[in-house]
Amino acid sequence: MITTPHQPDDLTVGTEAAPPSAPSDPKKIKWLRRRRALTGFWRVYRRSGMGMVGLWLLGLFVILALAAPLLVGKEDIRVNNPPGTPFESPSLSFPLGTDDFGRSILDLVIYGSRVSLLVGFAATVMTMTVGTAVGITGGYFGGKTDTVMNAFTNWFLVIPWIPLAIVLASILGQSLFNTILVIGVTSWAGTARLVRADTLSVKERPYVERARALGASNWHLISRHILPNVMPVIFANTVLTVALSILAETTLALLGLGDPSSISWGIVIFDAFDAGALSADLWWWLIPPGVCICLVTLAFTMCGYALDEVLNPKIRER
Amino acid sequence: MSRRYLLRHVLHAVGTLLFVLAFNFILFREIGDPVELLTHSTLHLDPSEKAALREELGIDDPLPAQFVNYVGDSLRGEFGYSFITGRPVIESVAEKIWPTILLVGTSTILSTLFGVLIGIRGAWRRGSAFDTGSLLGSLTLYSMPEGWLGMLLLILFVGILGWFPAGGIESTDRLTGFAHVLDVAKHLFLPCLTLTLGYLGEFAIIMRSSLLEVMGEDFIQTARAKGVRDKEVRRRHAVPNALLPTFTLTFYSIGFILGGAVIVEQVFSWPGLGQLTYAAIESLDYPVIQAVFLLSSAAVILFNLLADVLYGYLDPRVKEA
Repeated sequence: MITTPHQPDDLTVGTEAAPPSAPSDPKKIKWLRRRRALTGFWRVYRRSGMGMVGLWLLGLFVILALAAPLLVGKEDIRVNNPPGTPFESPSLSFPLGTDDFGRSILDLVIYGSRVSLLVGFAATVMTMTVGTAVGITGGYFGGKTDTVMNAFTNWFLVIPWIPLAIVLASILGQSLFNTILVIGVTSWAGTARLVRADTLSVKERPYVERARALGASNWHLISRHILPNVMPVIFANTVLTVALSILAETTLALLGLGDPSSISWGIVIFDAFDAGALSADLWWWLIPPGVCICLVTLAFTMCGYALDEVLNPKIRER
Repeated sequence: MSRRYLLRHVLHAVGTLLFVLAFNFILFREIGDPVELLTHSTLHLDPSEKAALREELGIDDPLPAQFVNYVGDSLRGEFGYSFITGRPVIESVAEKIWPTILLVGTSTILSTLFGVLIGIRGAWRRGSAFDTGSLLGSLTLYSMPEGWLGMLLLILFVGILGWFPAGGIESTDRLTGFAHVLDVAKHLFLPCLTLTLGYLGEFAIIMRSSLLEVMGEDFIQTARAKGVRDKEVRRRHAVPNALLPTFTLTFYSIGFILGGAVIVEQVFSWPGLGQLTYAAIESLDYPVIQAVFLLSSAAVILFNLLADVLYGYLDPRVKEA
């Protein structure tokens, strides 16, 4: 029962009996079962080499982002009174040289991890919330609601995202929040389609019918039966969405639509490009932030694929 | 193919186009009075001239009437005038559209072609060194921002090796005939390579998983049981059935490649729509941004329609539905 850890609580007590020594308190049984599902999940996930590499890489970057304020002083990344002179080549005190203001590029790259990851996570939360809400509402209620929701989803799926993002970002203006908003608005549709399809199949299952016959409200059915069973699909998709969001942030930054007052990897590349790093061959300015983006995206993608394999037994068997 | 199937998809495409138009229309009203925007950026008009302009643009008409006008104008290709240059937007677009079609077209074809070949080889020998290597390579390429990949290639091939021109579409406009084609090809190589590499990974991954799925089907086993040679099983039975999802993905991906071209064109100074868009973003030239948004959406909607129709034509199971 590794792959379906979210069986409805009231139904599975009989089929998945706790061992005789288990506590009889229903709350404790629930936690025990959850813990067992989690360890079972971990046991399968651990076998995926790709998933483990991704997870390690991810851990490293999250630690880097959290520790950035300890490694780099705030005054080192200010534009006025920077620690070095502009356009220095790599040296002992500035391992990656300095930018057009005289700030250490290594410091910028370390600090950039914070905004890049933050935007990635925040945009993902937005994408998932909107996508799940639209997908479940449409799939569960069906009829006219579904027709309208589905039409919206399909429209947003077709509109090419970069032109849409350009239009939105140029109208909204440049700020960190707008970057997150634009990524959320342009990427929820894929999630909504996925969730809707899964909702359609889950809502036909016998236990949903049983709960409805017992008089469960729509809210109860959605929150206790549909959502927990759609969760595995959302989960793997979430991890992949973070990767896409980080790439999307980079794209917006490279288009000059990022928040110029914040430091992300995308912004560092854009600044380098804007300052003519290409024609001056300042590769130490351009390459490191891009490598970071690439590694983080790769890490999330690898975790996402591994999760997909664990959560979708069909793929695993192949 | 049934007429109903075709009609349904055409109607859907028209509906999507109308939605994009409405969306664009509403956004344009959101940013403010066009006359104010225009006068802020370039022109200084006295009140009577402003009033005349308002009359001409029809800003004080009721919204539904404005919308009908707007849809008519858009369909006729009248996207207004650039805030910066004052030229009709359609003129600059017409000038820049061919380089973009050339770039996006070749990149799409090449990335599909190589993606499919790599995917077939990987899936057929699943777990081989080639398979693992190409999968890892595909994922890495997929994780790279295209613009940055372009910068890397530019540093390597232009800065260090000096094999290719740094940018533009031609070195001089005096060349004709074959020499001209060769010159353009030389300029096209790097931006095209960037976009091809940027999207190749996705196609390879899709082709691989699609072929793996087909390889598990009964008819493959039947073919093998009949004694058909491995190569023939692949060429005649497996690959044709696996190609369908990949080809439709190609059509669906046009929008992404078009978007990716915006930054790549800027990196390589390729004189296409991307460069036009980039300049328009910098100066907040809304009419140009809007026109590019509309045109690229329309192109993507058209290609989606083509993909649906093609799918219905090629896959008899879809026709019935």
